[in-house]
Amino acid sequence: MKIEVRALSKYFGSVEAVSNVSFTVKEGELLGLLGPSGSGKTTVLRMIAGLESPSSGDIFIDHVRVNDLSVQQRNIGFVFQHYALFKHMTVADNVAFGLSIKKWAKREIHQRVADLLQLMGLPGLGGRYPHQLSGGQRQRVAIARALAPRPSVLLLDEPFGAVDAQVRQELREWLIRLHDELAVTSLFVTHDQEEAMEVSNRLIVFSKGRLEQIGSPAEVYEDPATEFVARFIGSMNIVEAEVKQGVAHVAGLEFPAPDFPDTQRIQIGFRPYYIKLSEDTTHFRLQARVRHVYFLGVAYRVEIETESGLILRSRMNKEEFRQCRFEVGQPVSYAITHFRILPQDHGTPSPAMGIPDSPLTP
Amino acid sequence: MSRHAITALALRSAAIGYVLCLILLPLTAIGFQSFEDGLTRFIDDIQQPQAKAALILTIEAALITTVINAVFGMLSAWVLVRYDFPGRAFLNALVDLPFAVPTLVAGIMIAALYGATSPIGAWLLKGGIEVLYNVPGIVLAMLFVTMPFTIRSLQPVLMELEQDQEEAAYTLGATPWQAFWRVTVPSVLPGLLTGIFLTFVRALGEFGSVVIVAGNIPLKTQVAAVYVYGEIESYNPQGATSVSVVVLIVSFLALMLLERLTRPPGERLPTLLTSIFSPQLLVLRSILKFNTPH
Amino acid sequence: MRRLFISLVWLYFAALLIGPIAYLCAQASGEGLTVFLNEVMRPEAVHGFWLTTEITLIVLLVNLLFGTMTAMVLARQRFWGQTFLSGLIDLPFSVSPVITGFMLILLVGPGTILGTWFGTMDIKILYALPAMILVTLFVTFPFVVRELTPILMAIGTDSEEAARTLGANEWQIFIRVTLPAIRWGMAYGATLTIARAIGEFGAVLVVSGNILQLTQTATLHIYQSYVDFNYVGAYAVAAVLLAVSFLILIVLELVKARTSVMTDRSPQMVIP
Repeated sequence: MKIEVRALSKYFGSVEAVSNVSFTVKEGELLGLLGPSGSGKTTVLRMIAGLESPSSGDIFIDHVRVNDLSVQQRNIGFVFQHYALFKHMTVADNVAFGLSIKKWAKREIHQRVADLLQLMGLPGLGGRYPHQLSGGQRQRVAIARALAPRPSVLLLDEPFGAVDAQVRQELREWLIRLHDELAVTSLFVTHDQEEAMEVSNRLIVFSKGRLEQIGSPAEVYEDPATEFVARFIGSMNIVEAEVKQGVAHVAGLEFPAPDFPDTQRIQIGFRPYYIKLSEDTTHFRLQARVRHVYFLGVAYRVEIETESGLILRSRMNKEEFRQCRFEVGQPVSYAITHFRILPQDHGTPSPAMGIPDSPLTP
Repeated sequence: MSRHAITALALRSAAIGYVLCLILLPLTAIGFQSFEDGLTRFIDDIQQPQAKAALILTIEAALITTVINAVFGMLSAWVLVRYDFPGRAFLNALVDLPFAVPTLVAGIMIAALYGATSPIGAWLLKGGIEVLYNVPGIVLAMLFVTMPFTIRSLQPVLMELEQDQEEAAYTLGATPWQAFWRVTVPSVLPGLLTGIFLTFVRALGEFGSVVIVAGNIPLKTQVAAVYVYGEIESYNPQGATSVSVVVLIVSFLALMLLERLTRPPGERLPTLLTSIFSPQLLVLRSILKFNTPH
Repeated sequence: MRRLFISLVWLYFAALLIGPIAYLCAQASGEGLTVFLNEVMRPEAVHGFWLTTEITLIVLLVNLLFGTMTAMVLARQRFWGQTFLSGLIDLPFSVSPVITGFMLILLVGPGTILGTWFGTMDIKILYALPAMILVTLFVTFPFVVRELTPILMAIGTDSEEAARTLGANEWQIFIRVTLPAIRWGMAYGATLTIARAIGEFGAVLVVSGNILQLTQTATLHIYQSYVDFNYVGAYAVAAVLLAVSFLILIVLELVKARTSVMTDRSPQMVIP
């Protein structure tokens, strides 16, 4: 265990920015802190770095409680959202800064800087100034500078927030490779769920200062622990249904909900690819009409309107789409194969359920 | 040519014509006048004891003003940006006042408060400090009119620094003192230099406030601008020209030096021609934004 | 440390600004309201106020016109010598006011080519209103230009081009698209121009001849009273100008707030 955070809370005045958060980061892991802006993830990162002090709770780095250690003593590398490169220094001087503070010998500094610039794919740029670099290059310099003094952990605040979309993709792949090479324990903050899914080994989802879920990208996607996670990660159809005798009803749809009392309203969620469509209106029991077809490159999204007026999103790959060729206005039959009853306000999540129903005509 | 192009050309000609007539023409007039009787005459003129004394006094007073303004300007900018205290907004609004107050009124205010008839002036006089009709008075007047320069050029840079560069230095192991000297100071240096040089240039040419507090004692408290005025009044354009040209040259040299010093690091050195009238001055002025700290 | 710094700053402001201002106000009102009003209502003083107002208004109009034009040219056109022109605009900032006046004397004074020419045309420039206006134009020229050029650059040409595609002519575009976008910047530059025009002393002193009731502006009147040892008179009129300065400062603050809202940038500081 490299970093451990226990019952961490942070108040700014009377506002609770971080509320009772606990998690651990394993040695060598690349962990993403994901959440919308203002969800407290950056505050958590800054508390780990020592740039902010917690209101309560403990932080351990390498099994040492670091609450009372200053930033300088924690031996962390921090990559700032807007890089915070020293504008008046060359790239080489930026990277060398931490080493010269630690009083490394001139020759060793020189060697280390050259090695890092090589590793970052920036050879020959040591003499330039930050304003002469592209966004992606500045990002790499910021990472090189943070890595130079051999920190025990690397903390990155929205590392790709300030570069444009195309460079972003390259940087992500580059960061993954870099992490594989160096295996330095890394924690990064992002509000971009796609980025978090792609880059991290595990991710932590934050909302309003609370920790919503920790898990691998697949776990978080397939098994969202809360309604928030379900909505925030990927796309999901969510409907509100009322329970009657163990079955939740909404607009002609029925979902088994055996453990819920009558008249309770519950949130039902299902991913777009769990809606099966057929151009044969007798193939499934439920009827709808195609409202819109979106071409997404690798897949198609078909928006349907059910008989009762509910609008649902279905997703299918190109092969499936080619077989039926849905057109706007066309009547279709559909079935929902899996769904999940979403927990209300941090309740216990229910496991995913399949609906036994299915084709009327086998 | 399209109508649009004709309009553009007409506008351009009018603007260029106006600027050339209003600004360049008078400058060439003084340029011609100064060397009309040859360089030796020019050098003789500024070698006149009274002219020489005026020039030396002006440069001395301007340098003292610049140093005091730099120290207190830096302190004020820092305090106004980084500290929160009662009266901060009031002080911050006051900073711009010297821009709005006529310089002559500034001179009169300083003469009134530090003159021998006021309690403060009398008290200072008893302590052996003669402010009025003396160098301290000249410096005070120059300080009044130049006060906003350093503060207003440092404030935005200090705010823009937003502490994240300092935080970056902390995460790399730097102590607050190291971060201040190695990160903060170099980052605000262009702003500081701008303030310092503008203060110097403004102090060199100051007239309205100084003419009141300095008296007009030749060889003792007569500054260059007052000397020039006296020469004009006594119909000696030649003497006025020589001193004017020296003041102008020192001002322009100072501004050129400022441009060199504040050029963003790593940019090619300018040729002499572009550096005389380069847009760098423009950039510098854009550093001087009228921001209010939050 | 913190307390020490804050106290030092208060001391600095007190010695330079608050003290002198408070003392002047006390002196001006010290002899009572009647004396104060007497001094301010003297014919010389009233004439000075009028002359200052007249010069300020003329300078303001000319400066707004040519300042806006020059800013449009600098921001919207590319031409040979642009850098040079832009550098020229800053020059008045670094020229001493007395030298400014002196330069005009050298240009149009008696015995010069221009001066002789104006003489034969029977136009009086020096020691008359035209010269006073010219030097005030010289010292105030940068304000409007330096205020508007960056704003014009920041707003870009998109909306002007949109108006052009919608059939507007150049004049309509300027009045209906460009002008509304820069009006608060103009207001700021105009206020600075007013402040400087009211306060200008050195340059006007040199070219006006300081002729009583004829070419004596408010600042010149203060100077005259002061050197004539009429301190009360000098303090009284100075206090009036000081009050005007405060008014200008307030207007500047208000306009500044508007500009930052409108264009998401603060107005620049230009150096008086």
